[in-house]
Amino acid sequence: MTTAVAAPAAAPPAAEAKVRHAWTQHGLLFVVPFLAVYLAFLVWPVVLGVRMSLSSVNIAGTNDRFVGFGNYAEAFGDPRMWRSLWNTLVFTALSTVPLVLLGLALALLVHHLRFVQWLWRLSFFGPFLLPSAVVSLLWLQMIYPPGYGLINGTFGLDVLWLGDPSVAMWSVVLTTVWWTVGFNFLLYLAALQSIPHHLYEAAALDGAGAWARLRSITLPMLGRTTALIVVLQLLASLKVFDQIYLMTGGGPQDSTRPIIEYAYDVGFTGYRIGYASAVSYILFAIIVVVSLAQLRLFRKRAEDS
Amino acid sequence: MQGPPSPLTRRSLLGGSLALAGAAATSCALPVGLGSSRTRVQYWHFLGASDGIIMNQLVQAFGRANPDIFVEENVLAWGEPFYTKVAMAGSGGRSPDLATFHLARLAGIGAGAILDPINVRLLEEAGLRGADFSPPIWERAHLDGVLYAIPFDAHPMVQYYNTDICAKAGLLDSGGKLAPTEGEDGLIAMLRKAKDAMGGRPPLAFDALGLGTVGPWRVWGSLYPQSGGTLLSPDGTTIAIDDAKALAALRLMARLGKEGLCDWRTDYGASVAKFTNGEAAFLWNGDWEVTGLKERGTPFGMTRFPSVFGSGAAQADCHSFVLPHQRDRDPEVERATYRFIAHLVKHSADWAVAGHVPAYLPALEEPGYLALHPQSEYRSVVTEVALDPQVWFAGSASRLWIEFGEAFSPVISGERSPEDGLAAAKASLSRLLAAPNPFPRQER
Repeated sequence: MTTAVAAPAAAPPAAEAKVRHAWTQHGLLFVVPFLAVYLAFLVWPVVLGVRMSLSSVNIAGTNDRFVGFGNYAEAFGDPRMWRSLWNTLVFTALSTVPLVLLGLALALLVHHLRFVQWLWRLSFFGPFLLPSAVVSLLWLQMIYPPGYGLINGTFGLDVLWLGDPSVAMWSVVLTTVWWTVGFNFLLYLAALQSIPHHLYEAAALDGAGAWARLRSITLPMLGRTTALIVVLQLLASLKVFDQIYLMTGGGPQDSTRPIIEYAYDVGFTGYRIGYASAVSYILFAIIVVVSLAQLRLFRKRAEDS
Repeated sequence: MQGPPSPLTRRSLLGGSLALAGAAATSCALPVGLGSSRTRVQYWHFLGASDGIIMNQLVQAFGRANPDIFVEENVLAWGEPFYTKVAMAGSGGRSPDLATFHLARLAGIGAGAILDPINVRLLEEAGLRGADFSPPIWERAHLDGVLYAIPFDAHPMVQYYNTDICAKAGLLDSGGKLAPTEGEDGLIAMLRKAKDAMGGRPPLAFDALGLGTVGPWRVWGSLYPQSGGTLLSPDGTTIAIDDAKALAALRLMARLGKEGLCDWRTDYGASVAKFTNGEAAFLWNGDWEVTGLKERGTPFGMTRFPSVFGSGAAQADCHSFVLPHQRDRDPEVERATYRFIAHLVKHSADWAVAGHVPAYLPALEEPGYLALHPQSEYRSVVTEVALDPQVWFAGSASRLWIEFGEAFSPVISGERSPEDGLAAAKASLSRLLAAPNPFPRQER
C-alpha cells in the first residue's frame, strides 16, 4: 500500500533531480577555471596558514615543529597583541563614523549645488585617487612635521601630531578620512541621483519642508547604499595597515599599531611566521564574525521590508 | 618531533624560479656566456647611500686588478627586507656567493642553516688571519666557536661638531679641534657654552623621536655601557641591567631635554638637516653621515662620543661579510669569493672614506687612512665599541633597537620619567626573552 503510493509520488522529484543534475554538470564545467583558482589561491593558502599558525615555523621555513594552540595561547597572553587589536578597533570606530556621515554630507552638498559640479566632485574624490604612499608622505613630510608643518605653521600651534601618543591616532584618522571619504561620497552621490524626482515633487505638493523631505524620502531611499557603505567601511578599517605603517610605524609607544602591523612585525622583523599566522587568524576570526553579523542584520531588514 | 628540513621546499622553489627569472632578465649584461673564462661572484649588499658609491668604487677597482673574476654587485634595500631576503635565499640553498651583514644580527639569523661557516684555511690562503682584526670584533664573528663572518668595519656613534659655532663658544683647542670633555659636568658645561653662543637655542641634535627611531637607544646604548653596565647575563638568558647605572644615563638624557641642551623635537632627518644648516653645534649620530656633510660643505669635525660615565664606550655595530648557505658551492667561485673579500678588507682604508672604522688593524696604521680627516680622528673607539648582546633579537634595525628607542624617546622629551622609561625597556626585554628563538640552537 505504502510502496504503491510512494512510487508514483516519488517519480516527479526524481525526474526533476535528474534535470538539475545535468544542469549542475554543465555548470561545473564553466565554473571549474574559477574554482581551480579559488582553491589554489584562496582556500589552500587559508588551510596552509592554519597549519602554520599551529607550528613554530620561522621565516626560512625551518624549525617547523607542531606546537598545537601554543601560538594562540601566547597571543592571548600578549599585551602587545591586545593593544594592537584595541588600536584596530579604535581606528575602526573613529574612522567609520565620520567617513559615512561626511560622505553623506558632501554628497548632499554637491547634489544641491548646481554650479561647477565637476569641481566639487573632483576635489572631494581627488584624494582617493592617490596611492597610500603618496598620501602618507604628504601628511608626514608637509602637513604634520612638528616644527615647520602646514598645520602648526599656519595656526601657530605646537602639537606633535604624530609624536604624541594621545594625538597620533586622531592624526592618522584625519589623514584617512581626507584620503578615502571621496569613495563613499561618490557612492552616495550616485544613489542620490537615482532617487526618482517625482517623489520630491509629490512631497512638496503635500507641503513637506526640506527637513521632512530629507528625513522621509532621501534617507530611507539611501538605506541600501548606507548599509553597503557601512559594511565596506568596517572591513576596510579593520584591515588598516599601509598609511599607519608609513606614517608612524605603529608608534609612538604602540599607540597606533594596528593588528595587521603587529602580525607583520612579529613575522618579518621577528622571523616568527608561525606566531604571526596565529595573530592573523585572530583578526580573520573577528572579520568573519563582523561579516556574519552584518549579513544577518541585512537579511532581517530585507525580510522586514 | 623535528624532522630534517626537506631539500626542496615550496618557498625555495618559488625563490629559485624568481631568481632564475631575475637572472634571465639581466643576463644580457653579464659576461658569463659561453667562451667567457671569467669566474662570476654574486655579491649582495645593502650599502645604498654615500657608502654605496664607495663600495661600488672598491668593486670596480677589484675588477681591474683581477680580470679573471667578475663580481656581480646587487644592491638591496637596507634593514629588515634585506635580512628577510638573506634568510629566504639561504634556506633555499641557492643564494648569492657573498653578502654583507651586521655582526650583531649574526645570532638571530640561524647561522648554520642560513649561513655557511667561513673556511678559515681558504681565508688564510687569501692572506687574512684572525690576528689582523680587532679582537672583540673578531670574537663576535664566531658562534659556538665557529667563524661565520669576516668583519669589515665598526660603525660607532660619534660626535660631529660645527667648527664655526664651537670656535665662537671657545670650545676649540689651539689646533682647531674640539677639546675633549670628561664626565657629566664637562659635557653639560660644553653644551651650555655652545647654547650661549647660539643665542639660547638647543646646541645638540640627534634623532630623538619619529618613525622607528633608534636614536634614543643609540645614545643610551653608548652612555650606559660606559659605567660597565650590561643588558643581559653572559649566557643571554636573564636581564642583568644595573638600575642605578641605567637610571644615571637616562637622567642625563632627560636633563638634556629639560634644560634645552638638546632639541628633543627632531627626528632623524631633521637632526641631520639642523646640523648641516648650522642650526646645531653638535650632532650625535653614526659615522656614516660624513660623506654627505662634506658634500654639502658644512664646516665640521668629528670626535669620539663623549666619555661621561667612565670609559669612552660608544654604541656600535659592524659590517661584515657572510656566505649565505649554498647546497653546492663551486670550489672555483669559492676561491674567487675569498680573493674578493681579502681585497676589500685589505683596502679598508679606501672603505674608511665612507666614515666607518676599519676592523682590519693594519689599515688603521696606513698613512692613507691616517690622512683621512675627520675619519681617522675617532679610530681609537674600535677597541671600546659597545656591541649588542649576542641574542636573536639584537642588531641593526632589530626589535631590541626599535623597542628601546620607543621606551626612551619620551624620557628625553620629559613625557616619561627615567624610572618609567627603564621599566618600559625592561618590560620589552623580558617579552623578547620570553618569546621563542625562531632559529633555535639545534637548527645549526
